[in-house]
Amino acid sequence: MKVVVDTGNHIAALAAKLAKPDVVAAYPITPQTTIVEKIAEYVAKGEFSGDYICVESEHSAMSACIGASAAGARTFTATSAHGLLLMHEMLHWAALARLPIVMVNVNRAIGPGWTIWSDQNDSMAQRDTGWIQIYCSSNQEIFDSIIQAFKLAEHKDVQLPVMVCYDGFILSHTSMPVKVPEQKEIDDFLPKREPAWVLDPENPVTHGNIIMPKDYPSIRKAMQDAQENAKKLIPEIAKEWKERFGTYHGDLIEKYRCEDADYIILSYAALGAESKVAIDMLRKEGKKVGLARLRTFRPFPSEDILSLAENADLIVIDRSISIGFEGPLFTEVKSCLYEKSDARVYGFIAGLGGKDVRYTDIGKIVDRVIERKQDGVLWYDMEGGK
Amino acid sequence: MSLKDLPKDEYLLPGSAACPGCPATIGLRTVLKALGKKTILVVPACCTAVIESWYPNSSFNVPLLNIAFEASGAAASGIVSALKQKGRDDINVVVWAGDGGTYDIGIQAMSGAFERGTDFIYICYNNQIYSNTGIQRSGATPYGAWTTTTVGGKGEFPKDMGAIVRAHRIPYVATACISYPEDLYNKVRKAKEIRGPKYIEVLTPCPPGWRFPMDRTVEMGRLAVETGVWPLYEYENEEMTFNGISRAIFEGKYKRKPVEDWLKLQGRFSHLFKPKRDEERIKRFEKFVDDMWERFRKEFG
Ligand SMILES: Cc1ncc(C[n+]2csc(CCOP(=O)(O)OP(=O)(O)O)c2C)c(N)n1
Ligand code: SF4
Repeated sequence: MKVVVDTGNHIAALAAKLAKPDVVAAYPITPQTTIVEKIAEYVAKGEFSGDYICVESEHSAMSACIGASAAGARTFTATSAHGLLLMHEMLHWAALARLPIVMVNVNRAIGPGWTIWSDQNDSMAQRDTGWIQIYCSSNQEIFDSIIQAFKLAEHKDVQLPVMVCYDGFILSHTSMPVKVPEQKEIDDFLPKREPAWVLDPENPVTHGNIIMPKDYPSIRKAMQDAQENAKKLIPEIAKEWKERFGTYHGDLIEKYRCEDADYIILSYAALGAESKVAIDMLRKEGKKVGLARLRTFRPFPSEDILSLAENADLIVIDRSISIGFEGPLFTEVKSCLYEKSDARVYGFIAGLGGKDVRYTDIGKIVDRVIERKQDGVLWYDMEGGK
Repeated sequence: MSLKDLPKDEYLLPGSAACPGCPATIGLRTVLKALGKKTILVVPACCTAVIESWYPNSSFNVPLLNIAFEASGAAASGIVSALKQKGRDDINVVVWAGDGGTYDIGIQAMSGAFERGTDFIYICYNNQIYSNTGIQRSGATPYGAWTTTTVGGKGEFPKDMGAIVRAHRIPYVATACISYPEDLYNKVRKAKEIRGPKYIEVLTPCPPGWRFPMDRTVEMGRLAVETGVWPLYEYENEEMTFNGISRAIFEGKYKRKPVEDWLKLQGRFSHLFKPKRDEERIKRFEKFVDDMWERFRKEFG
C-alpha cells in the first residue's frame, strides 16, 4: 500500500489501470481529457497491457466497449457531458445486453452556451438506461469506487454496466492523497471476468435479434432484479475492500450527524461533501441539521431515504433540473415517501453550470427552510447565490 | 473455383425470415461459405436483423452480434481488440451491413475503423434502399428511382462509396454482385487472408424494393453488371483490377448493354417510361454511367 497524491482524473486512470481492463476505448472531452491522456501515457510506457482504442467519437467508444465486452473482455471508458449524451443510445444497448462495462463520467453542464463546469444534468439524463450510477466526493472514493465497480458489474447477480461520476474540476483537477494497494492485492480482490455470454465460434449465439412482445418484458424485469441485487452487493463489496485495504465507501447514502437531526440535507457528489462544513456551522448555531450524501442514483436508495424521514424533514439540493418539472432527486425522494411518511420535503436547485455553492450558501438554504418553511422548488442560484 | 466446388457447409440455416427471392440471403450463404466457422458477424439494423429470425431462434450458425444502426465499425474494432487480448488471431470479424448503415448513418464508425487499421472485413450489401423500414432512399439509391421518400424519382446521384473507401488506402477494396457467386466467394477468401481493414460491397437486387418479380433477382444483378451500372473490381495495394465482364468493359472489349435494359425491368423506374418516355432523365442516367467509366479509364487506364 502506498499513498499517491494526484488529481481525481489521474486517480481514475490509475484505478482503471490496476483493474486491468483488456480493452479501453475512449474519446477526449473536457474535463475528462486527462484520464485518456494518462492512459495513453501508461500505454506508451508499457505499463498497460490492454488494448487502447482511440475511437473517433463517444458513440463509437461505447460501441467498441460493447463489441469488446461481448467478446469477453473487461472494458473501461470515460467521458463527460456531450460525450455522454452522444452515447445515449449505446448506454441502453450496453445495459440491455447485460455487459459489465465500467465508465467514468466527469460531470459537466450541457451547452449551449458552451460550459465546462460541473452540474449533474448529463448523468441524471441517463437515469433510465439501466446503468448503475455511483457519485463520488473525494479522490479516494473515486479510486475505490472504480475498482469496486468492476467487481459489482461483473458479479453474476448483476451483469450491468456501472457509471462512476464525480464533479468536473472540483474533483477531476484537484489533487488529494489516495491510499493505493499493490497490483497483486488488487488482482486478489478483483479476479478475472467470467462472462455470462460471449461471442464464440465454438458455441455460436445470435445476440440481440428480434424479440417478440411475449419475451421482452422478462429481460427488462431481469435488469430490475439485477439493480435490486446491486443494492445489497454495493455495501458487501465495499466491506470486503475495507477488510483488505482499510478505506470504506459502500453505503448507498453516506450519513453525517443525522441521528438527532430535525432536518436532513440530501445531495450528491461534491455538493454533498461541501454540505458537511455547513452542517458543522449550523450545529454550532444550535440548529439540528444532518447530511445525507447519496452515492447511488440507480439503484435508488429508497429504503434508506424512508428511514431518514422517520424523524426529520428533508431538504433536497439538486445540481440539475428536469425542465418542465423540478430537480430529479427532489422527485425521487418524494416518490419514496408517498403514503409511507408525512415528513416534509423541500427542493432547491443550486450549482447549475458550475455556479459556486459554498457552505454559507447551504447554511442560507437551511435557514430559509427553518424560518419560512419554503414551499415548492427554489432556484437558489437566482435568488440567494452569487 | 466453380459453383459446384463451393464448400458444402452451411452457416445460413433454413427458416430465415427473408422475402422470397431475397438477394441478401443469396449473398450471405456464399459469404459464410467463404468465411467458414471461425467467424464473428456484426450486423446493424437492416433487413438482415429480420432475416436472422426471432429470439430465441436464429438462422445463423456463426456467432452474431446485433448492434445499433450506425455502430458496426466501432463494435468490430472492440471485438477485434478483445480477440487480440485473448491471443486469438484465427477468427474473422466481419461486418455485414446494408447501404443505409454504410453510406449514411454508419459512415463515421466505418471510416474510424478503417483509419485505425482494424483487422476486419466490412461487407456492405447494397440494395440501394432502406428496405427494412419499407423502401426509403439512401445515399446509394440511383438517380430517378422511386422510393417512398422519393415519390417522383430521386433527384440526386448516389455517392461514390468505392472512391470514399479507396481514399482510406486500406489494403483491400472490392465490389461484387450476388449474381456472380464464384467471384464473391473468391473475393471474401482473399480478404480473409489479408491483415488490416478490408471492404467488399455486394450489389443485392431486392425484388420488393426495386419492384421486379422475385424469380429475377439473379438476372437483375447480371444486367446491372452487363449494362455497366455496377462495376466489378478489386483494388489491392492501390492497384485496380476489373473483373469478369467489367474487365472487358474497361478494356473496351465488351459493349455495354443499354442502361435502359436494366431500368425497364424495374417498377421503381417505370415513371421514366410511362405514361410517356422521360428522355431527359434516361439520358442523365446514361451519362452518369458513361462518366463513371470515363473516370475509371482516366484514373486506372
Ligand atoms: C438510429 C436509428 N435510426 C433509424 C433506424 C431505423 N432503421 C432501421 S433499419 C433502417 C434502414 C436500413 O437500411 P439499410 O442499411 O440499407 O439496410 P436494408 O434495410 O436495406 O437491408 C432504418 C432507417 C434505426 N434502427 N436506428
Ligand atoms: S426487402 Fe429485399 S433485402 Fe430485405 S429481406 Fe426482402 S428481399 Fe431481402
